[in-house]
Amino acid sequence: MGKLYDTLMQDVRFEEGLNACINCGTCTAICAAAEFYNYEPRSIVDTVQTKDDEKIIELLKSETIWYCGECMSCKTRCPRGNAPGLIIMALRSLSQDLGYFVESEKGRQQLAVKRTVGQWILDFGYCLYLEGVGTNMHPEQGPVWDWEQKNWKQVFERLGANYKGDGPGILRKIPEEALDEIRKIFDVTGGTKRFEMIEECSKKKAAEMNLNLDEGIGSEYFQHIYSYNNNQHNREK
Amino acid sequence: MKIEGKRAVWNEYQKDIAADKYFYVRSCVRQNFFPGSETTFLRIMREELGKDIYEHPCHTTCTGIGYHGDIVPIDTMMTVVARQFALMTEAGYENLVPSCITSFGIYTEVLDTWHHFPETEAKIREYLKKATGREFQIPKNLAHASDVIYKFRKEIAAKAKFKLINKETGKPLQVVEHIGCHYSKMFPNKGVGGAEYPYVLVGMIEDWGGEIIDYPERRHCCGFGFRQYLVQANRGYSMSCSHKKFESMEPYKPDMIITNCPGCPMFLDKWQYAIAEMEGKTYGANGQGIPVFTYEEVAGMVLGYDPWDIGLQVHQVSCEPLLDKIGIPYNKEKKYDGVNGQKLGVPEMPVNLKCC
Repeated sequence: MGKLYDTLMQDVRFEEGLNACINCGTCTAICAAAEFYNYEPRSIVDTVQTKDDEKIIELLKSETIWYCGECMSCKTRCPRGNAPGLIIMALRSLSQDLGYFVESEKGRQQLAVKRTVGQWILDFGYCLYLEGVGTNMHPEQGPVWDWEQKNWKQVFERLGANYKGDGPGILRKIPEEALDEIRKIFDVTGGTKRFEMIEECSKKKAAEMNLNLDEGIGSEYFQHIYSYNNNQHNREK
Repeated sequence: MKIEGKRAVWNEYQKDIAADKYFYVRSCVRQNFFPGSETTFLRIMREELGKDIYEHPCHTTCTGIGYHGDIVPIDTMMTVVARQFALMTEAGYENLVPSCITSFGIYTEVLDTWHHFPETEAKIREYLKKATGREFQIPKNLAHASDVIYKFRKEIAAKAKFKLINKETGKPLQVVEHIGCHYSKMFPNKGVGGAEYPYVLVGMIEDWGGEIIDYPERRHCCGFGFRQYLVQANRGYSMSCSHKKFESMEPYKPDMIITNCPGCPMFLDKWQYAIAEMEGKTYGANGQGIPVFTYEEVAGMVLGYDPWDIGLQVHQVSCEPLLDKIGIPYNKEKKYDGVNGQKLGVPEMPVNLKCC
């Protein structure tokens, strides 16, 4: 008992985020996710502070740790100075390090985040890549965004951007040597290992689910995790 | 509303904001969705205020969306941040100004963590040296770009060509302010006015002639939620948060919304469109939406910049009702032009949301 708790304690976010929780539920009352999902940050903190490995493993495989939106409203309000949002972040990291994230519908979505945001960081130096955010995947972006998509270069030039250009400026091309430094940082600090773990576990899960998974975002497994919702997650009104 | 009490509360939360010589780091979201805002910010800083603000071409994301999307480990995020500090140090600057609120939260978190865990700072210094050979000084001053505009709000007011006043009635415009969660919910003493009564946008609005609306869900998140928006299956979370805010502010009949986070104006703009198309519900007058602005855009408007130079044409909710209320002139024919008047066509009209 307690080995996983000790592992969590090595994460500074966990050490900062958890003092003694008094189970008052203030975090749940203020939580944006708790209003939408069938979710209570209070229960997660309560489970974690039991230090019971079996219960923590159950959490790491669960849907519930993936409901938080990390707005950190809980940190402002907790009367004991806890930060359930930081505890969630530590749990999500551990779930990925141990490969448990693929055991839940919401956890499996990490591959989608990795293959979009993660890849854009390594390829373009920013978390968003203009041409990757089309209205096919983001219909809420609407007809103005469609118009922008048809005219990227001209619209961005009109607004003072240096689109894919050299030197400073909005949406400039990040020099290759700068991207190399970012990639080396990922190698040295565990970022690359995290990405590889997400890929490896997702491939195994895709095979188990009989869904095809190739590179990129087009294959069955990616499309499934990106769009599938079993509609069992929400709070009943 | 008894405003004196609130003023007394926010007054406890003040922060040092450097007066000049800034190292500017761009935002992943603002660059893509509100490029005119970053252009306008630099224009105001350099041309109106005469400040030295420098951008290094090799700086990058802080990885904030990846970090809060939980794919980027904390050590990786902190080392990328350390690299930004190194570029700043090498360029001879000490005052860091991020364009993004998620980044502001990230930088604040990193500095706070290193303060409490010096061994973590030492580890990150080793990582950075090993990966890039670089070393760095910790910034002397960290201020979000909205803090900097707040600091100079009175200078901007003195140069203003327009006030946030309805030209027909002579009354102040009624303004909803929305603060990005990571501005001060994590570290209240790092934001002007703290987490309960952030004053950073209120100060701008009051000094530029408008009046703030205090409504029940004023502090609720816009609904980005990182993975809750990034993954299509979760997007109901994002939309429901914005919806909750719109329903709460609607009875107060806001003329406009001002924001300081890059993501919030995008969500508050685009979810109004999506709600209108899905449910036929609109929140502004005459079937239109409530116009949503970045603080840079609002500063640009009061300074009399051409609305199409500051990027108001890339909003889905039309800005024209607000421009008309203030009396800001604009050329409708040029709204969707490219450089040198190049004609780029016009966006399609939504079915339910009325647009200009």
